[in-house]
Amino acid sequence: MTRETTSFVYVTYIRSTPQKVFEAITKPDVARRYWGHENVSDWKAGSKWEHIRANDERTVELVGKVVEISPPTRLVMTWANASQADDPSKYSRVTFGIEEYDTMVRLTVTHDELEAGSGMAKGISQGWPAVLSSMKSFLETGSGIDLFAKPKSA
Amino acid sequence: MDADKVFKALGDPTRRKLLDLLCEKNGQTLGQLCENLEMARQSATQHLEILEAANLVSTVKRGREKLHFINPVPLHEVYERWVRKFERQRLSLLHDLKKELEGDEQ
Repeated sequence: MTRETTSFVYVTYIRSTPQKVFEAITKPDVARRYWGHENVSDWKAGSKWEHIRANDERTVELVGKVVEISPPTRLVMTWANASQADDPSKYSRVTFGIEEYDTMVRLTVTHDELEAGSGMAKGISQGWPAVLSSMKSFLETGSGIDLFAKPKSA
Repeated sequence: MDADKVFKALGDPTRRKLLDLLCEKNGQTLGQLCENLEMARQSATQHLEILEAANLVSTVKRGREKLHFINPVPLHEVYERWVRKFERQRLSLLHDLKKELEGDEQ
């Protein structure tokens, strides 16, 4: 039985270099500053990666494998909720494409092989635009957007 | 982000309709999009070009087909710049009012 899948393609233009954008994804010290999470792996094809909340609890929220990596232009990985790591049908795929564009970098995030209508599909369609805006803001101005921001209390 | 291009692209009902159609079903071809629009392919193409120039639509070539995806990243930037800060202030006023009425319990 084939499941119905959906995909998303997000594009943002960042005044930065491919190397810096690649590091913003793969270096925990950088990612935590605009993503609130770290992507932890030895970044070799076939290796595991984990998406870890950058707080005291250090909850592993997402897991997957590095499918393909060629710094600083391309990274492909699988992606699943840590709680569904044992179910192969719950894995989707994320591809980062990083290319120079004029004096900027064009970052394309393709998230496909997602189960249509799943919680993950809904979650990432909220998540990626915020994460990519925050990354752009961080790389261009040195500060990201607080992704966990709550209304200011007094 | 070129905010002028984003606002200009959004300032047209057909282009907003195109974004709605992609929101319902992402990754459509020009032909699929035209089935839901009463207009010539050529006009639809022009509208899509404006959306793409504003980075509100991204495209992927798959074989001979070109698939269109909604790209809400610039909309998120508009939200951050033009909505969230006002919202925050309003929510903060509501919070103050609640505190005023209920008393400040630390």
